[in-house]
Amino acid sequence: MSRVRVLVGTRKGAFVLTSDAARKSWKVDGPHFAGWEIYHVKGSPADPERLYASQTSGWFGQVMQRSNDGGKTWEAVGNQFEYDGTPGTHRWYDNSPHPWEFKRVWHLEPSRTDPDTVYAGAEDAALFVSRDGGQSWGELPGLRTHHTASEWNPGAGGLCLHTIILDPKDADRITVAVSSSGTFRSDDGGKTFKAINRGLRSNHIPDPDAEIGHCVHHVAMNPERPNVLFMQKHWDVMRSDDSGDTWREISGNLPTDFGFVVDVNANEPDTVYVLPITSDSHHFVPDGKLRVYRSRTGGDDWEALTKGLPQKDCYVNVLRDAMAVDTLDPSGVYFGTSGGQVYVSPDGGDTWSSVVRDLPGVLSVEVQTLT
Amino acid sequence: MIQVVLPKNLQILAGVGRTVEVDVSGPVTQRTVLDALEARHPALLGTMRDHVSKKRRPMIRFFACEEDLSDESLDAPLPEEVAAGKEPLLIIGAIAGGRREPAATSRA
Repeated sequence: MSRVRVLVGTRKGAFVLTSDAARKSWKVDGPHFAGWEIYHVKGSPADPERLYASQTSGWFGQVMQRSNDGGKTWEAVGNQFEYDGTPGTHRWYDNSPHPWEFKRVWHLEPSRTDPDTVYAGAEDAALFVSRDGGQSWGELPGLRTHHTASEWNPGAGGLCLHTIILDPKDADRITVAVSSSGTFRSDDGGKTFKAINRGLRSNHIPDPDAEIGHCVHHVAMNPERPNVLFMQKHWDVMRSDDSGDTWREISGNLPTDFGFVVDVNANEPDTVYVLPITSDSHHFVPDGKLRVYRSRTGGDDWEALTKGLPQKDCYVNVLRDAMAVDTLDPSGVYFGTSGGQVYVSPDGGDTWSSVVRDLPGVLSVEVQTLT
Repeated sequence: MIQVVLPKNLQILAGVGRTVEVDVSGPVTQRTVLDALEARHPALLGTMRDHVSKKRRPMIRFFACEEDLSDESLDAPLPEEVAAGKEPLLIIGAIAGGRREPAATSRA
């Protein structure tokens, strides 16, 4: 019988939430790595028992954890992340040159085919890969040596590579996003990257055709239709039908088009979810109401999903990697909040309930569908 | 045996209690004690000092015998009481700090 395993990273540890396919009754396991920031936990599509976790601390730096039993036990693996060659400088907040410095791993993306291969998105922005189960890491320097990289500025959260998408039909295609530089795509397995930001418009950039400088918050794809990408930008929800070569805005009737998360229903590639946030100064949901917005038309036309979510006195945020969808039918949707709640909808967003309500602030949510 | 006291987060990471004992042959210095500690508990690699340069992480401090030895040479002898196993080397997570750059809030 199918079941789901939800992997939650928080400001003070990791939690593993499990349920059967009904997704009504949950077992909560954790905290793992209590006291540490867990930026991301993700399982291998090739071996769902193999998990990777990015464990970080302002005091103690980066630790990488690996599990071979679905999160029951963990072992620390390699945490040596060295930029390839002399990394040079990017732009600091005041636009002065600033040395490239490794700080932490924001996102882990295990290979679709090999449990021992996993990609890591780092701050300061760089793409690393391990091909030995996380024991050793090497940079794919083609991104950080892009001809625009010396002009990249950090976003409010740092110069972070937060999104990695591995194309399910083209093993050489890797799409990444960096705040606040934009989106980049490799068609040669990560050797070289090109900026794919045509059509993005950002008020803080005077040049309407700027190649870089866009604060992309997250990008999502349905694996059945990898050429279609959905983006939550700092402001604006965007869509590309040509693997990122061009983008058009699909914010439509959203109450605000600022936000962090975006995801796509696993069974319906034109059903998209966002969670609007009031603004970049507020960083909480509008009007005290926690509302997921769903489009069944691939954008432009959005409906508020509220049943089971607090509709007054709610002032939480939902961060960029804190939404996930399972592959059951109907597809389940999950998200975690800055207030420590993890919500689930087992029916594609129609109804919601909380799995847990009082975790530390949630940094990331992933889900595995297990058979 | 040299006694080393770890901060709580590193105790959790290494799966050990508050005090760890390590054996050092030859001079007892920050470098040789940390080398022995990391050899015995590889999960601690990179969490107290840089993998390559061996430079102390900015928010880590080394105390012993009521003195702050953080800025002493890595190769300076530690106090005799530490070398004799009578006093521990204290590895401390700085009480002030841990935040990143003022403009940055994690995952914002």
